Amino acid sequence: MSSLSGSGFLSIDWLLTLIAAWLLIGCAGLLAPRQLGFVGRTLYPLGALVGLALAAVAFGALGETAEVAVLPLGLPDLPFHLRLDSLSALFLLLLGGASAGISIYAAGYLRKGEGTAPGLQCLQYHLFLASMALVLLADDAYVYMVAWESMALSSFFLVTSDHRLPEIRRAGYLYLLIAHVGAIGILLSFGVLQSGGDLSISNGVADYTFAHMRAMPHDAFWASAAFGLALFGFGAKAGLLPLHIWLPEAHPAAPSPVSAMMSGVMLKTAIYGMLRVSFDLLHHPLWWWGVLVLALGLLTALFGAVFSAVQSDMKRLLAYSSIENIGLLFVGIGLTLTFQSFGMNALAVLALTAVLYHCLNHAAFKSLLFLCTGSVLHATRERSLGKLGGLIHRMPWVAWLALLGVIAAAGLPPLNGFVSEWLLLQAFLFTPSLPHAYINMLIPVAAAAVALTAALAGFVMVKFFGIVFLGQPREEKISQAHDAGWLERLGLVWLAALCVLLGLFPVYVIEKLDFVTRSLLGVGVYPAGNNTPHGWLLLAPISADRASYEPLVFLLMIGAVITATYLIVHRYWHGRARRSAAWDCGFPLQTARMQDTAEGFSQPLRQVFEPFYRQTRELPTAFDTAPRYRVVVEDHFWYWLYLPVARAAEFGARCVSFLQQGRISIYLLYSFLTLVALLFLVRG
Amino acid sequence: MIGDRMDILAPILLQFLELLMALALAPLLTGWVNQCRAWLQNRSAPPLLQPYRQLAKLFEKEVVLAHNASSLFRAAPYVIFACMALAAAIVPTLSTDLPFGPAADAIALVGIFALARVFIALAGMDVGTSFGSLGARREMLIGFLAEPALLMVFFTASLISQSTSLSTIVSTLARGEFTIYPSLAFAGIAFSMVSLAENARVPVDNPTTHLELTMIHEAMILEYSGRHLALIEWAAALKLYAYSCLGLALFFPWGIPQAAEFANLPVALAGLLFKLGIGGFLLAVIETVSAKMRIFRAPEFLGTAFMLAVLAMLVHLLLETGK
Amino acid sequence: MSHYYGQFINLLAAILLLLSFAMLGQRRILSLINLFMAQGAVLCVSTATVAFVTGQSHLYWSALITLLLKVILLPWILHRLIRRLNVKWDIETLINIPTTMLIGIVLVIFSFNLALPISELAGTVTRATLGIAIAAVLLAFLMMITRSKAVPQVIGFLAMENGLFFAATSATYGMPMVVELGIALDVLVGMVILGVFFFQIRERFDSLDIRHLEQLKED
Repeated sequence: MSSLSGSGFLSIDWLLTLIAAWLLIGCAGLLAPRQLGFVGRTLYPLGALVGLALAAVAFGALGETAEVAVLPLGLPDLPFHLRLDSLSALFLLLLGGASAGISIYAAGYLRKGEGTAPGLQCLQYHLFLASMALVLLADDAYVYMVAWESMALSSFFLVTSDHRLPEIRRAGYLYLLIAHVGAIGILLSFGVLQSGGDLSISNGVADYTFAHMRAMPHDAFWASAAFGLALFGFGAKAGLLPLHIWLPEAHPAAPSPVSAMMSGVMLKTAIYGMLRVSFDLLHHPLWWWGVLVLALGLLTALFGAVFSAVQSDMKRLLAYSSIENIGLLFVGIGLTLTFQSFGMNALAVLALTAVLYHCLNHAAFKSLLFLCTGSVLHATRERSLGKLGGLIHRMPWVAWLALLGVIAAAGLPPLNGFVSEWLLLQAFLFTPSLPHAYINMLIPVAAAAVALTAALAGFVMVKFFGIVFLGQPREEKISQAHDAGWLERLGLVWLAALCVLLGLFPVYVIEKLDFVTRSLLGVGVYPAGNNTPHGWLLLAPISADRASYEPLVFLLMIGAVITATYLIVHRYWHGRARRSAAWDCGFPLQTARMQDTAEGFSQPLRQVFEPFYRQTRELPTAFDTAPRYRVVVEDHFWYWLYLPVARAAEFGARCVSFLQQGRISIYLLYSFLTLVALLFLVRG
Repeated sequence: MIGDRMDILAPILLQFLELLMALALAPLLTGWVNQCRAWLQNRSAPPLLQPYRQLAKLFEKEVVLAHNASSLFRAAPYVIFACMALAAAIVPTLSTDLPFGPAADAIALVGIFALARVFIALAGMDVGTSFGSLGARREMLIGFLAEPALLMVFFTASLISQSTSLSTIVSTLARGEFTIYPSLAFAGIAFSMVSLAENARVPVDNPTTHLELTMIHEAMILEYSGRHLALIEWAAALKLYAYSCLGLALFFPWGIPQAAEFANLPVALAGLLFKLGIGGFLLAVIETVSAKMRIFRAPEFLGTAFMLAVLAMLVHLLLETGK
Repeated sequence: MSHYYGQFINLLAAILLLLSFAMLGQRRILSLINLFMAQGAVLCVSTATVAFVTGQSHLYWSALITLLLKVILLPWILHRLIRRLNVKWDIETLINIPTTMLIGIVLVIFSFNLALPISELAGTVTRATLGIAIAAVLLAFLMMITRSKAVPQVIGFLAMENGLFFAATSATYGMPMVVELGIALDVLVGMVILGVFFFQIRERFDSLDIRHLEQLKED
């Protein structure tokens, strides 16, 4: 099936084999669609192994010369072109690494009687994985779009696996709609890229390979058009403002492993596409592209953070937090483009490294957190934060692993979220050297907004962890919850370990990321020959005088102080402790309902950021016998942008509906008239 | 040979000395501020060493834990204490040549404070009382504005010295050619506002209150007792010490010696004590002349600090980049 | 040596900007007057410094006028005014303060870009401060917009004049003496007229809230 171009079995052939293995595993699910034991205990773990192998092969391919393959599939004269370079390899590594954890978790997560039959879901899931891998390997627009669409469709079926609920059907529909609107943008962008703006068909057969697009000279206008269309298309997939609307609907609707996969990996394929188009296919970015992307990214990040703070459904909270992280990634891309447009590649590389690093980080910690919500959901049947609480006692494994994810997601040292945030802020510190007065001044303001977003993420994560895992159970049934099974734990531990390792060994990771930045920008963070001038412990991207960070030393120091304090306190004083009722300033009566609810916790933020939200509140009066407080926070965009568009579409449809008569002869008349009109037109 | 070994050993020794000194001096600073405040308010002042006695007494006492306090609740005081000790150790006070310095730069320092904040807020929510979660919510409300403001203050200093490493920032400011940096005036005001909020001081919070409407920091630690409370109180003192030293290092860096030599030590120590004494007195003055704000004025107060810090950065870019 | 004078004037300019922002964020009328006074003092010192650096003696006179008018006379009048009108309490702003300051930051960036081409032409030691002067004018204007009471608006108006004066000294080393005296007189007269207005408004509406003026519109 592969090209086997003479030089033995290449990495790309291995990857294709593994993708085929995923497809086979998926099809095997159809053999016994209702056999939970077979699908759960055999197929999903096999899928996880394949993911691990994929990650290993991709890891090996980092920094190697690009490999190409041509598959004789598809339409005649339109074979599938595939190519494996460092950028693809990095994202394949991400896909493989994250999917290994998620698949093994899914193996333990599957239950009987939840929506789609397990075997069918297995097929959809593995098709989803395979199509994502194919998107990352594609080397022509044709195979790219085929893979992109199968990715969208398979994930649509996964989202709607509980299709008996109307709100899930609605979420799935919205997702599919926006995915397709975005796909049109991407398709048009490829069209512009391959023609270079020359719209006459006369210059022979259109060549849709990426190699052709790369070689094509683009003038400023057509390059901007292609870039804008790509930004629209990939932005829709990634959840960039204002096309984010599907994300907080689809993520909570999907089963948790699928939410983890979508948020952790699928959103990154959009980032991959954005990087591919901006840095590989187009060559000379204009400075305003960078500023545009930066501004959109900032808005998205701030919006996501502000909205995730007020959510009371734990999966929606995480979904909005994903929007925030996508915003930060786009901020990094914007900064890279800005630097690159002024020819300052040595600085651009810092921002690009931050982007790539954050992709890996987000894949690890967001998948981890989504999977944790899955365990909570199974243990309690409850998604609303207002009804959970105190789970650290019943589910210690999930709680402590979630704590790692929370620390990473809040961007706190010494875990991984902090490293990419640190790199991004360092990149911002270089902006004064830009030779443009306006950008020079606006970008520090942008850095302030990034800092604000990061701090808000801390608020969100404290809310998430504190309300779900700490305190007292807010409902009676919660105290019956049980911890996750061993397969689920294995998946969680794997992802948590990734968070820790990515956080503690940044020098090693950046050394690997340098292969990618070198292929895109021509420079790496470290000089090519001397990979780690400061040793593997000290992260100092510019020079140790300017900025440095040693996470391992940091952790060891904190650990040493904690141990020393513990030992001294217990040695010189005593370790006595006694249990008693909570004091709480001497309040006599306390119930679990007196704790902060999710709404209560975010009430100050609702007040501070009031203009951001569309709030409807029902306040009880003093005389209500059954007082009830209700607050609904909605998104302005839905009312300002989407509803008018929907109404306009409906109005347009009604306008042309007179054409619909229901009589066959009238429809035949339409066809006839069209035929005649066309014949008349082509006559001259 | 011995000289060579001393060259390597001296900074490490000095580093540990700084850590120990922070641990020892922090309660003294708190005691000094309390004393000054009492004088200014015409009360009879508690003795200077009162905080030490309080700590000793708390360590002696038995720990009373709520029934549903989790292991996170018991671990948090140690984590918070370690974070604050580390923060106090990496701020250059006696020398700018610190071996722990490269482990964490200014951004990581903000990260350490944030880590401690997250843990104290989580510990506040752990027992599940109404006060605990109230305090946690208010603490995070203050934190999400104070943290970026502090970061922007550091950014201003970093733009001036072209570095985020605290040692380099302090050496540039202290030993570079004498220049007036108007941006540091803005940054200084923003920093003072942030430190007041972060250390639970009067216009934002009151460290001595137990009144439901006003408390923030106290509400979170209501359930702590015995050695846990002692560690948290000590950590709070360390935080005040770290912020004070940070303020001195950024805005009054003169007198911090470059090389880690023991000969410089007495002068540096005397200078530090003198500056801390003045700083503590000023803090007491601020606390005496200002009134506690309503809790919803606090975001406005910190928002102002944040804007001033951003403005500091802009002023630096406009006035000091010298075209 | 003139290097340090330049830096000193920059510092004064920054303090002027800081005071403008402080006025923007201040709710209490009394503090507002004190801030205005401080602004006048900064202006006086900076004018005197420019006079010293450039040796232009007429600038000493301007500094003196500034001192008399803006540090002593006008604050005194304002203090008397608010005691007579009994309006010492806090005033609510129309937009909350951090948002106002955010708009202020945008204005600062805008005015610096506005001043960039001009200050590149100028060869004076104070050229970098022109942007701050423009910013001070715009910020004072912003303060006038966001306050709904009459007295802060007058202070805003006076602060605006401070900005203009600073622009004049920083960009061109001051205007001719006659012009300066004229402006000083204008400000004084304007102040008196506005003072009379205050009493009229209060007599008519029993309040100094200028939102009441909307009632004067014919329906």
